[in-house]
Amino acid sequence: MSGPVLEMRGITKTFPGVTALSGVHLTVRAGEVHAVCGENGAGKSTLMKVLSGVHPHGSYDGEIRFEGAPVAFKDIRASERHGIVIIHQELALVPHLSIAENIFLGNERARRGFVDWDDTLRRAGALLRRVGLRERPTTPVADLGVGKQQLVEIAKALSKEVRLLILDEPTAALNDEDSATLLDLILELRAQGVAAVIISHKLNEIRRVADAVTVLRDGRTVETLPVRASPDAEPELSEDRIIRGMVGRDLDHRFPARTPYTGADAGADALTVRDWTVRHPVDHQRTVVDDVSLTVRRGEIVGVAGLMGAGRTELAMSVFGRSYGQYVAGTVAVGGREVSTRTVPAAVAAGIAYVTEDRKRYGLNLIDDINRNISLTSLPGMRRRGVPGLVDADHERSVAERYRRTMNIKAPTVLEQVGRLSGGNQQKVVLSKWIHADPEVLILDEPTRGIDVGAKYEIYTVIDRLAAQGKAVLLISSELPELLGLCDRIYTMAEGRLTGEVTRAEATQEVLMRHMTAHRS
Amino acid sequence: MTTTTTPPKDAPAPPPAPRSAGALLVELARANMRQYGMLVALAFLVVLFQIWTDGTLLLPSNVSNLIQQNGYILILAIGMMIVIVAGHIDLSVGSLVAFVGAMSAVMMVKHDLPWVLALVLSLLIGAVAGAWQGFFIAYVGIPSFIVTLAGMLLFRGLTQIVLEGQSLSPFPDGFQNIAKGFIPEMGPYTQYHNPTLVIGAATVAFLLFREWRHRRRQLAHGLDVTPAGLWAAKCVAMTAAVVAFTLTLASFHGVPVVLLIMCGLLIGLGYVMRNAVIGRHVYALGGNKAAAKLSGVKDRRVTFLIFVNMGVLAALAGCVYAARLNAGTPQAGLNFELEAIAASFIGGASMSGGVGTVMGAVIGGLVLGVLNNGMSLVNIGTDYQQVIKGLVLLAAVGFDVWNKRKAGR
Repeated sequence: MSGPVLEMRGITKTFPGVTALSGVHLTVRAGEVHAVCGENGAGKSTLMKVLSGVHPHGSYDGEIRFEGAPVAFKDIRASERHGIVIIHQELALVPHLSIAENIFLGNERARRGFVDWDDTLRRAGALLRRVGLRERPTTPVADLGVGKQQLVEIAKALSKEVRLLILDEPTAALNDEDSATLLDLILELRAQGVAAVIISHKLNEIRRVADAVTVLRDGRTVETLPVRASPDAEPELSEDRIIRGMVGRDLDHRFPARTPYTGADAGADALTVRDWTVRHPVDHQRTVVDDVSLTVRRGEIVGVAGLMGAGRTELAMSVFGRSYGQYVAGTVAVGGREVSTRTVPAAVAAGIAYVTEDRKRYGLNLIDDINRNISLTSLPGMRRRGVPGLVDADHERSVAERYRRTMNIKAPTVLEQVGRLSGGNQQKVVLSKWIHADPEVLILDEPTRGIDVGAKYEIYTVIDRLAAQGKAVLLISSELPELLGLCDRIYTMAEGRLTGEVTRAEATQEVLMRHMTAHRS
Repeated sequence: MTTTTTPPKDAPAPPPAPRSAGALLVELARANMRQYGMLVALAFLVVLFQIWTDGTLLLPSNVSNLIQQNGYILILAIGMMIVIVAGHIDLSVGSLVAFVGAMSAVMMVKHDLPWVLALVLSLLIGAVAGAWQGFFIAYVGIPSFIVTLAGMLLFRGLTQIVLEGQSLSPFPDGFQNIAKGFIPEMGPYTQYHNPTLVIGAATVAFLLFREWRHRRRQLAHGLDVTPAGLWAAKCVAMTAAVVAFTLTLASFHGVPVVLLIMCGLLIGLGYVMRNAVIGRHVYALGGNKAAAKLSGVKDRRVTFLIFVNMGVLAALAGCVYAARLNAGTPQAGLNFELEAIAASFIGGASMSGGVGTVMGAVIGGLVLGVLNNGMSLVNIGTDYQQVIKGLVLLAAVGFDVWNKRKAGR
């Protein structure tokens, strides 16, 4: 163990309206596996994008020194020339090309412009042996499982003479066996002198492979802790100690006071999900939601906490018209009566609404106006002169105008194109759409993601108002303070299973984080 | 990320500021840039060829001719626009035109079926052909480009099979009238064609009533409306246009039957696309399929129906074309799909779907029609005509792309 191979000092990166990183420090010593931890949105991925040149030099403040010399990467290729290779969470392989072609993609073994297949296959074979993958280099990547694909990614990185390997949630999509193989490989590469930065939510894995861990919170470096004294020693750092670093902050958001629902049926079950099990849409071996049962009562706000990949969105979308994955088992009841949620229209008819976490992809028609985005789910009810199938455009527009005023959507008229609104206002449009559909149950998936603090407060007020009117709200959020500030009860999920149910009185960030990082023993 | 000029965060929503007529015009024009731009281009083309042909273009006989010459393309363009708005394409319509024309000829010429029955059966054949393609696109999930490319070959081949490579004619007079006929004259002798005058007057009355009702309802719902002066000017301009068009037609043989069919489609399908749930669902699907599905839009059913509709319209166009030629021929409808697609894009459709109006398709079709007719009148060869039409298509869409980029998206 010698001096640092990588030093990032005072890294500050801002996006319009948001400071993603603020004076972050990260020091990785030569031949070290260094973990970076933090809640979703703490700035881990942004930091790695700065390091790898995705955010080019000049778009951030601060200094990066690599192997003792200052560096300024203008793109990914520049960082790769220095031997810094990033492996993203979503694999960047071309499925229909062979392993060998993927390894040398963009870096082809060629002579006078023509691919030298002998050299390509020979080198690919050597790299596959190095990562311990027993496959022929000519096999198409699409024929490999995700775990083996991950190894191909690493072989690809090794082909670029990697000095520092960055892995963003490398085991998020892997089963236990594949994860173990991958972690062993990381340790083996460390022995060969390849340093690694590994971003992970899985604290047990961090304890297993990392030499040191840097904790980020709200775009700042909280602390860097040694995990073990020497590479071969047992880990000394406890998971609880890491968790304390990740969440140790005051509730700095303000939340509206809860208005209780006082209707006669307060406390009656509104949404009941029983034994809900769903498999991955492509990889049918993987169970993404595993035997989940939960209840939301009228007038109640119930949270679902979990780290990335815990299966929260998958649970919500599969309940909502089986929009995700392959249904295996489970029932849904609304108001105590079992309902079919086989299709989206059936789920809507049953009184369920789902507000997506990805409003641009799944929530809005960005090229259309506010008016028509709000009315989309309620069109059949806006009958013109009572004729089914016809829309009363004037009624539609006055509805949209009403929501523009009550939800405080900042746009001159409801004819404004939704794509031109800010994130917070777009979110208000999506919420208006589903509120007007008048459901019994609203599943809100990350309703405040990517919107500024002022708009967040407005959204919180809306959520509170819905509960006060007797709606049942299931709130999925990665921001623990948000869950603590709004919810009556909070379920926690990890690896597709419910790992805990905590009441408002018991809930603290530490308790939740412990449940969220609980893993199958 | 976004470039809105939002007011300060804590300010209440600003009341809709009273805007000047000019600002509103600019806003309206910007919102429908390609369509308005094309309306202006259409007017420019008409004036250009009117001067170039020494007034032949707008002679009553030529206006009638122009309508009858382009009727079937406009019918196809209306259907094609809906297909494109939904994010699909249909390459088979030219072949389907030929196939339905051939089938109608077989029914009427070989089997002596009454023409009304033959017409109904032809439209049914179109519906079945559309359902065939719609099934593969919507329920099997094969891209529309592939399915309709296959349909293009399939229906062309079937045409040649049922016609045995020969043309079949003649058709009964009643059938021919679909393409060549006019509304019959009635009443006392005037200088003009009486029913046409009545239809024109009724059209003006209807349009003005609709404008008035629309405005009244908007006011009743507390929505802001076009300033009174501008609104009046719009009404006057609309009335003048209809009156001029009516008088032109009335001084020849009157309203062509094709024009009635086209107006019916324009009004009917235009209304459906604007005001029916299914029309809104078409726009939603084309704009963002994933979001539409998660909002409860039955995407497969809507896609299926769009292609059934296209099949029926192609059948109708096939009958009109066969009636105009007075024959079912194996080579009918060649390249019609390309004319219809070009008309849709000139009329404001977007390649990625979600954008476009039925009216736009008609305007786009008329731009091509006036170009065709005008260039023929001034004896420009078909070789140069193709070059010019290609450049017009490129310019229309290029202008739109440029305009969007300038608007800073």
